[in-house]
Amino acid sequence: MAEVHTIHEHTDAYDDLIEFVTVVLDGQMFGVPVTQVQDILGAVQLTKIPTAIKEIAGNLNLRGRIVTAISMRSHLGLPPSDKKAEDLMYVVVEHESDLYSLVVDSVGDVLKISEKTLEPVPQTLDQTWLTITKNVHQLEEELILILDVDMLINNLLSPQGKKEKKAASQ
Amino acid sequence: MDDLIVDFIAETEDSLQELDQDIVTLEQTPDDPDLIGKIFRVMHTIKGTCGFLGLPRLESIAHSGENILGKFRDKEIDINADGISLILESIDNIKDIVLYLSENGEEPAGDDSDLKNRIASYIENKGQSGGSSAPAAEAASPESEKTEEKQPSDQPATQEELDELDRIFHETEADDSAESNDTPAQDNAAPTPPPPAAQEKKPEPTKTEAKPEAAKAAAKPTGAKPAQSLRVNVDVLEELMTIASELVLTRNQILQIMRQDENKSFETALQRLNHNVSELQESVMKTRMQPIGNAWSKLPRIIRDLGQELDKKIDLVMEGEETELDRQVLELIKDPLTHMVRNSADHGIETPADRIKAGKSEKGTVNLSAFHEGGHIIIQIADDGKGLNTERIKQKAIEKGVMTKEELAEATDKQIHNLIFDAGFSTAEKVTSVSGRGVGMDVVRSNIEKIGGTVDLVSEEGKGSTFTIKIPLTLAIVSALIVKVGSERFAIPQINVMELVRSDQQENKIETINGSRVLRLRDHLLPLLDLKKILQLHDEPEIVQENEQTETPVSADETTNSDTDEELEKKLKEENAFILVVQLGNSAFGVIVDAVFDTEEIVVKPVSPILRNIEMFSGNTILGDGSVVMILDVNGISKSSGDISVFAEDMRLATEEEEQDQHDENKKQKEALLLFRAGGEETKAVPLQTVGRLEEFDTKDIETADGSYVVQYRDRLMPLISVDENHKLAEKFQPVIVFFDNVKNKTMGIMVDKIIDVIEETFSIEQSKGENGLLGSAIIQGKATDIIDVTHYISQASQGDWFDIKTTAAYDREKSFGQDYIKRKLLLVDDSSFFRGILEPFLKTAGFVVTTAEDPDKALALREKGLMFDIIVSDIEMPIMSGFDLAENIRKEGIWQNIPIVALSSHATQEDKDEGKRVGFNAYIPKFDREKLLNALKETLDGGSAQTEQRKAS
Repeated sequence: MAEVHTIHEHTDAYDDLIEFVTVVLDGQMFGVPVTQVQDILGAVQLTKIPTAIKEIAGNLNLRGRIVTAISMRSHLGLPPSDKKAEDLMYVVVEHESDLYSLVVDSVGDVLKISEKTLEPVPQTLDQTWLTITKNVHQLEEELILILDVDMLINNLLSPQGKKEKKAASQ
Repeated sequence: MDDLIVDFIAETEDSLQELDQDIVTLEQTPDDPDLIGKIFRVMHTIKGTCGFLGLPRLESIAHSGENILGKFRDKEIDINADGISLILESIDNIKDIVLYLSENGEEPAGDDSDLKNRIASYIENKGQSGGSSAPAAEAASPESEKTEEKQPSDQPATQEELDELDRIFHETEADDSAESNDTPAQDNAAPTPPPPAAQEKKPEPTKTEAKPEAAKAAAKPTGAKPAQSLRVNVDVLEELMTIASELVLTRNQILQIMRQDENKSFETALQRLNHNVSELQESVMKTRMQPIGNAWSKLPRIIRDLGQELDKKIDLVMEGEETELDRQVLELIKDPLTHMVRNSADHGIETPADRIKAGKSEKGTVNLSAFHEGGHIIIQIADDGKGLNTERIKQKAIEKGVMTKEELAEATDKQIHNLIFDAGFSTAEKVTSVSGRGVGMDVVRSNIEKIGGTVDLVSEEGKGSTFTIKIPLTLAIVSALIVKVGSERFAIPQINVMELVRSDQQENKIETINGSRVLRLRDHLLPLLDLKKILQLHDEPEIVQENEQTETPVSADETTNSDTDEELEKKLKEENAFILVVQLGNSAFGVIVDAVFDTEEIVVKPVSPILRNIEMFSGNTILGDGSVVMILDVNGISKSSGDISVFAEDMRLATEEEEQDQHDENKKQKEALLLFRAGGEETKAVPLQTVGRLEEFDTKDIETADGSYVVQYRDRLMPLISVDENHKLAEKFQPVIVFFDNVKNKTMGIMVDKIIDVIEETFSIEQSKGENGLLGSAIIQGKATDIIDVTHYISQASQGDWFDIKTTAAYDREKSFGQDYIKRKLLLVDDSSFFRGILEPFLKTAGFVVTTAEDPDKALALREKGLMFDIIVSDIEMPIMSGFDLAENIRKEGIWQNIPIVALSSHATQEDKDEGKRVGFNAYIPKFDREKLLNALKETLDGGSAQTEQRKAS
């Protein structure tokens, strides 16, 4: 968070620049707002959670905090990665004071993208993709989809969990 | 809200709590000037602060209360029950207003002139109750006739409020009070002193109905000099607690590393660290500890009010109120405890008249005590009242259908008494108020169990009852047993585990009843739950080498039992399991696990919100070695075992006898069916095996897409199909039978009018009338029942992508098979229970006697047993061993060498077919084309033996 503030304070010209951590899933590039990323982990020990929905990859220990890992490939309906488990990357994000980690194929650079160049996601995409992405940005070589982390996690709450949440917010 | 007001509220709440105790004490020791002074000062402070903060309503009530207290202090008025009641009433008003204030930041509207007037007239009359509207004054009214009049009208009113359980007590009590109402007027003269004298004296005993012990007990904490203390925000303490817990875990981790490392230079430093961390943990724990007396502070008042209301004389004796426990636990047991004490006073203690009749002193005693024992705190609530009426409970148990007469005859008194904690015994209302009215004992028990506690009851008729509550000191750290299931480790709180049993072939033998496993444990049958099945884990080859280094599990297959020889041991390895005996309410059950490790102190952490819907886990934790494990919730496990999907998985290949039955041609098989109603009154059925779940969807959530119904289910769209065309959506909730295909991860639902039952019955399917969507009909429970052909509806829902179903209505049974195939024995090997569930009834309808196996291993096990089949149908894609390998194995050796085998596969490429032919399949059928399958079966059976003859020859 601190970095973003500095940009705001010192470089007025880039007022609308947002930083994204880029990740790749099955060849498609996605962006996660830097402000939401807590950590990026490499090889971790995952604990399986029996009977959980398939999108849940397991639990991991991040410096004494338990973080639930979400398999992004599974969530997006992509085929499982042929990489070994220890070669996958884990992007830790915070959502309503709980930590989650998104399991991705690889993590790339941090990109600064102007807010003005963000376009809405084409409505022809798969329903889940529409739900959990916010925007699309045209890079020279490829397209980058901006993930909506809050929707992504909300989408995995059970109907009951959603109801509880609704009741709590009312 | 103004900071000043926040502080005021906190302070006032504290002093009000003390006041409650003090005033009750005052009533018993009226001439304690220090006490009066103290109460007066508190009232005065409240009044003064309110004036300062601009809270006129509070100020005026406090002022009135202060007035009475002033008169008491100056001895202008003698202290009596009326005065005390008025003071208590004003304190109650103050409390209400303070509560409102804390929630809304301002005083509620309204005025208290009634109370103020009564106080004014009380003072004017110098201690004689002025207004007749004072309710407390009425109860304690000095006029004897009034009390006499009140009794009959008062008793039934309270009776109505009581829940079922309470009524058991109360009915006897009502009889008693009726008796005592009728009789005293005429007969009182004989046993008791002359009535007029006794009745005139009545106000006297009320006044001096002293509770010396209670008074002492209450005075103790308040009389002590205030300790040096500091207000700390609870959040800060929580934070501190979490950090300390983490530190403990880190220390454990370092200790573990050190144990493997021979480097001694760290040892002394580490020992110090170890020591300090332990102390830190203890100190931090202490900051969360509060004396249990805090939860008891309201009780003397409640008992006093209750005594007055019911005309009983009750002593509340409290012991060990300085016993400390975690504040979180304290909050959670407050309400159950209040309810239980109230219950003891209300229903346990008899009226003075009855007590004298029973030869007891007229004053009853409720004894509340608390003490530490091990890592737990024990709270006992004992009364010397009439005890539980065993016969009445038995009667109730039969009425409610909780237990049968025969069961009751064998049950011990203790077991019968404990029935009062059963949900069936009370109306099971939710907690309504702090007073605990309307809380059933089942709610009490479930609240206590929620925090990992237990509650027990011992009662002797005529002598009294004792409730014993055992709860952990703190919720944050619990002692847990680490167990292994499959290749995963889990923690299970030790308080849940009563004992650990190792099953063997002698005493502790695992046996099966219709597929359900049970264990004979000291002549009792203990139902067993297989965790591996419940958690849907599979056996995995042991490759957890790293773990083995740090911890050596006492694995079931490593240790040898000297009594049995090794060969037998190997064979019985599966049944040589570890069983955790778990107590849940009144029942116990066993949980089968693969291995048991050490116990470990664990810090319970809540699971993340996206996992909350899994009821099997109560939390998760990080072990000393840094790995995350899930904490098993015994309640959830037992609940999930009721889940039909578990038993559906369980049904195949359960016991040898069952297999024998399956192959006994004269015997028909039992099949589990789900009965439901859809379109019309007649019952329909679907094989339970195929059913994934039963759901109810809010009709609002059901959408129409492309002319058909869909609903969002598990975050994808699930098509909904109805059995009859004119199906209308249910008004509110639409019951739906959900079908899963785990392999392809697809779901679909059939909308029905009503789910009726699940039955297990022997039946035979009659040919269908050729209707689409019907497998046939059968006589079930004496009624003709249509059995639904799930595949038909799946094809409706599929729109091409569900299964490779080309056409389901197309096949013509008459043509495909004839009488020739009736009783032909067929073995079906498929790892998907869903497909087994679809194929099995279908093949049975075609006349085959079907046996299923969920993997090639199980199938080969049947070969070892010497069972013979006419034909084998096998899936190709299966984990561990593919259908190709199975066929190869069968062809290579053994008694099945010449049995024709038909392959079923969703990958029916030419290469696959060639490979199939090579390993010895007689036919290769795409999954799921039933017409082809039947044709292939027909062809293979006709020409099969010839073919194999040929193969052999070549």
